[in-house]
Amino acid sequence: MTDGLLTSPEGTLLILVIAILAHEPFRWLGLYLGHGLDAQSEIFAWVRAVATALVAGLVTRLVLFPVGALNEVSLLIRLTAFAAGIGIYLGTKRHLGAGVFGSASVLLAMQFLTQ
Amino acid sequence: MNQAASNKTGGVGGDSGQSSSSTFKNGMRVALSTPGSILLASSAGFGALANDAGMSLFNAIFMMGVFFALPAQVVMMDQLARGGSIIGGALAVALTGVRLVPMMVTIMPLLGKPRSALPRRLAAAHFVAITAWLEGLRCLPKLPEHRRMTFFLGIGTGMVTATLVGTALGFELAESVPPAISAGLLFLTPIYFFLSLMAAARFKMDWLAIVIGALLGPPLYVLTPGLDLLFTGLIGGTVAYVAGRRFDGILEEEE
Repeated sequence: MTDGLLTSPEGTLLILVIAILAHEPFRWLGLYLGHGLDAQSEIFAWVRAVATALVAGLVTRLVLFPVGALNEVSLLIRLTAFAAGIGIYLGTKRHLGAGVFGSASVLLAMQFLTQ
Repeated sequence: MNQAASNKTGGVGGDSGQSSSSTFKNGMRVALSTPGSILLASSAGFGALANDAGMSLFNAIFMMGVFFALPAQVVMMDQLARGGSIIGGALAVALTGVRLVPMMVTIMPLLGKPRSALPRRLAAAHFVAITAWLEGLRCLPKLPEHRRMTFFLGIGTGMVTATLVGTALGFELAESVPPAISAGLLFLTPIYFFLSLMAAARFKMDWLAIVIGALLGPPLYVLTPGLDLLFTGLIGGTVAYVAGRRFDGILEEEE
């Protein structure tokens, strides 16, 4: 895979092909299964756990091994802001917006104060 | 106006003389309030990430539209930017896509009877990702069945609009704003994913999957870069499933 795929029409085509072949079918499958199958079955419980773990792993990877501008922010600030986000979310009766924007604000504030 | 106010407080309008276009607009209005602003910002984070990775604006917006699922997009872009294999990228994308199945399965019965035409159902399916799913679960049960599909299509349309605008904004802003602001935008994506996982977690198994996945991600990234998300999902998810079964016995809603 080359850098060219990020910018070229071939890259656009690749995005479309992967979306249609590897991503959208799960929505169609869910559409089909949603009309009869039991969402509480064992296979779904497992699938749900796998998917949840994958995204959680992606989150910690993005926080611990960031790319670009976020890499210039110290690990301590990143972790503090992340923990603050969870704290704000729980402290505001699980308000998603407050947690997300609160967390980014903490990151920004700490970054400006330490520069 | 009153309709908008009641939407914000969680009521989604129960007046009986509502036309189909105003049902659609009410759905859009829900999409463009709190979830819309989070989506705008987190897709701006994606736009900034895409710019940072060296992707073109067109490909970034196109990717936002055809996937409409940030985890898949971030995984694929990450794979492209780090020069991983196409097959590896497709597999990782597919693995993030698997989590859409249970979302679809749980949202479809809420879209009401009679069953809508296939094009409408496929459109609704495309809108299903974490945020639209959460909003659907929250709003749809309060509506009469015949209005739900139109309402959900409104939610989805509003959300897609917010993310396309957000992607373009983030992409452009990433070049002109101070690095600290870019860093803040980039930070929105992981914290949004994580809090959304927390918001969607209902069983002990979910919480185990979140914690184990979060702990496994970084070491597996160091040990097996490229396949790390696949392994994180399969190992972390399976451990969480087995341990969750021990704890819960059967799937029980937590209070």
